[in-house]
Amino acid sequence: VNVQHLRVEFERLLAPSRVLSHPHALRTYASDGLLLYEVMPALVVLPESPDEVRAVVRTCYEAGVPWVARGSGTGLSGGAVPVEEGVLIVLTRMRRILEIDLPNGFVVVEPGVTNAQVSAAIAPTHFYPPDPSSQIVCSIGGNVAENSGGAHCFKFGFTTNYVLGLDVVLPDGSLVTLGGAEVDHPGYDLVGPFVGSEGTLGIATRIVLRVIPVPETARTLVAFFDTMEQAGQAVSDIVAGGVVPGAMEIMDRLSIRATEEATGAGYPLDVGAALIVELDGPVVECEVGWQEVVAICERNGALGLRVARDEAERQLIWKARKSAFAAMGRLSPSYYVQDGVIPRTKLPEVLGRIEDLARRFGVRVANVFHAGDGNLHPLVLYDPATPGEAERAQELAGLIVEVCVEAGGSLTGEHGIGLDKKRYMPKMFSGPDLDAFQRLRCAFDPDQLANPGKVMPTPRLCGEVPGPYRQHPLERAGVAERF
Amino acid sequence: MPVEARPTHASVAGLLRAAAADGRSVRVRAGGTKSGWGHPVAEPALELSTAGLDDIVEHNAGDLTAVVQAGVRLADAQADFGRAGQMVALDPPLGADDGATIGGIVATADSGPLRHGYGGVRDQVLGMTVALADGSVTRSGGKVIKNVAGYDLPKLFAGSFGTLGVILEVTLRLHPVPVRRATVVADSDDPQCMELASLALSASPVRPVSLDFAWERGAGMVLARYAGAAAADQAGTGLRAVEEAGLSGRIDEDDDALWARQRAAQRAADGIVLKVSALPAELSRVIRVAHAMGASAVGRAGLGLSWLVLPSREAAAGVAAVEEVRAALAPRPVVVLDGPGSVREKLDVWGSPDAGALALMRRVKQRFDPLAICNRGIFVGGI
Repeated sequence: VNVQHLRVEFERLLAPSRVLSHPHALRTYASDGLLLYEVMPALVVLPESPDEVRAVVRTCYEAGVPWVARGSGTGLSGGAVPVEEGVLIVLTRMRRILEIDLPNGFVVVEPGVTNAQVSAAIAPTHFYPPDPSSQIVCSIGGNVAENSGGAHCFKFGFTTNYVLGLDVVLPDGSLVTLGGAEVDHPGYDLVGPFVGSEGTLGIATRIVLRVIPVPETARTLVAFFDTMEQAGQAVSDIVAGGVVPGAMEIMDRLSIRATEEATGAGYPLDVGAALIVELDGPVVECEVGWQEVVAICERNGALGLRVARDEAERQLIWKARKSAFAAMGRLSPSYYVQDGVIPRTKLPEVLGRIEDLARRFGVRVANVFHAGDGNLHPLVLYDPATPGEAERAQELAGLIVEVCVEAGGSLTGEHGIGLDKKRYMPKMFSGPDLDAFQRLRCAFDPDQLANPGKVMPTPRLCGEVPGPYRQHPLERAGVAERF
Repeated sequence: MPVEARPTHASVAGLLRAAAADGRSVRVRAGGTKSGWGHPVAEPALELSTAGLDDIVEHNAGDLTAVVQAGVRLADAQADFGRAGQMVALDPPLGADDGATIGGIVATADSGPLRHGYGGVRDQVLGMTVALADGSVTRSGGKVIKNVAGYDLPKLFAGSFGTLGVILEVTLRLHPVPVRRATVVADSDDPQCMELASLALSASPVRPVSLDFAWERGAGMVLARYAGAAAADQAGTGLRAVEEAGLSGRIDEDDDALWARQRAAQRAADGIVLKVSALPAELSRVIRVAHAMGASAVGRAGLGLSWLVLPSREAAAGVAAVEEVRAALAPRPVVVLDGPGSVREKLDVWGSPDAGALALMRRVKQRFDPLAICNRGIFVGGI
């Protein structure tokens, strides 16, 4: 690949200031939120419009150069790690909110708009429910690529439940409109599989999001327990009772300690688990549900309950939870986050197995998780300065996701497969399952220029479409026959 | 054509593999309640019935999930889940003898009033096992509520009308059955007032689980159903919103019959059923178009989805009526569901999707079913 030639071409298509090639400038983009992986791209481009994205992608297509699209780079699976000799297309300059239509319940945004900006733009009457912990910086384009979740997804659903339509630049540089503000479009639901495709099918340049009215009220409490099992049982009892909280989050002893040091939320340090429950909805419903939740916590041996008396106290509870990852820096020089999902009823069994593994490896594992939907975030703590510890941590993390899959769960609930978990894909999917993924990939990107080397465990070519649709030139000429 | 009484995943896959060997087309069918939908096509070489795949494989009450085979009737599944106080949030019309199966509902993405509060088929399906045209059996998605491993193929298969493979098994997300329900009903003969009322209900912080409208011969109503321990209190809030929009309403706590009628009115043995996907703030426009055409209408006011039932007309007259509705509501998608063959054969029942999107859909079809053996020709663009 002639990088020099591409650079000149991009500078002509965009502007010289928005094409980066100096090693110092490129280094900024070598990793995403998972610092384990670092690759220097050949070039970084910063398009500002869908036309510029098309032009860049088209140029790459003609030159046969692979590319990776990236938003704010907060991903935790290495999904936005560049490819060597490839182009990194950074979409953070496309940050306009294009349309707000609250009577019809949708907004239209460019991919670089941050998650929090969407809700801010439609407050106080409406909000956009998916709320990844990185919501202040992470971009909607990245959320679409990863099908991002967050604490409130148990009740409200994930990014995929809120994307109505997309304009997508396909890897050949063409632009297609999939779905739209209307809820039903004839034909295949291609928005469905595009969301969560981790940048391997194209680049969304215009995103139609469904937004909903803010619930009448929200009430939040934290209950403290001696053991994780008690907290887990309380969650199961709440769900079995038919109450659907907006969010349920559990933190273990180590996580509580870390967040307490970081935020000073006032959590006791001598407890084994903290359970955050948030009920939202109509005031009359929350009254009923609230009494039930409190009774269930007490029945399961809650040592104490802290109820947020106002919005400031509610925000403090959430601040403690959402800073859990960052706060781990206070306990350990480095950590590795897992994202496995289990059926909620397997929680005690899986936590026990994680504890056993941690003991065997002599590594500390902190646990923070979205308890309602069984999404675990074990944080494997390690010191990169100690030889072999990083490798040990990674091996342990790998065993933890295997435990999750064996329990009937998933490799990842919201962080994505990316670069980091692709080697585990065969643990969850068979050969034919992976083939089916590849079929979709090849329909969108037969040359596999979009984010190559991610998601799928082994690289494979697409090949020609078999069948009678494409007549071979020799057949047309009457020279050869098909058998 | 012989139908296998107890098909298995392997036998379905085997049949597809055999059909693919010589390019024979296969029609997939279960309850047969929607077999008239889609483009009319020539009689296929083979018919494959999934009706015998009728096991509820797992009901994990504690996890609010279930794995069901494609031939399980929705009514039977709901009865089973109901014993644990749970339900799958799908309530499309069930067709003759409540014959609609999970596989058929998922393949057509048919829906009912619960869609307002719970989402559509795509939002209930967590995972799927599908036999592809080459005879491979593939699983995608998972058995847990939250999962982003691999492409979300269940959403691709949902609503694909069996043109990408045969759905064998579906993993569903379940929800608790609400303890109480109550419905605000407001009558009106003014489409504009109905639109204002439904927009107010839709924007209210007290969210209904269903928000519907109905219109017939100049008389209409808006219905908002609330669910929960304090459903009637919630409905009180809805009633005030309706009254502020200038309608008078009442609260009905024994509301099952009302909603059964809404569901049933999405189908017609006689007449032409059009599904219109517009915007919520276009409700009055949709009603006026229906009224002008002598059609009745029901639908999801909060989602902009309507089912118009045009009086039965044959051939050219029916085609002209459909085209008139399409022209009046353009660019909103208008799909013909039920209708006489003489009409369906003379028009594109799907309408024309975005050209770029259609080209991409064709490429998807080619990768999954290159010989077009699965439900050949019934889908958009003749896919």
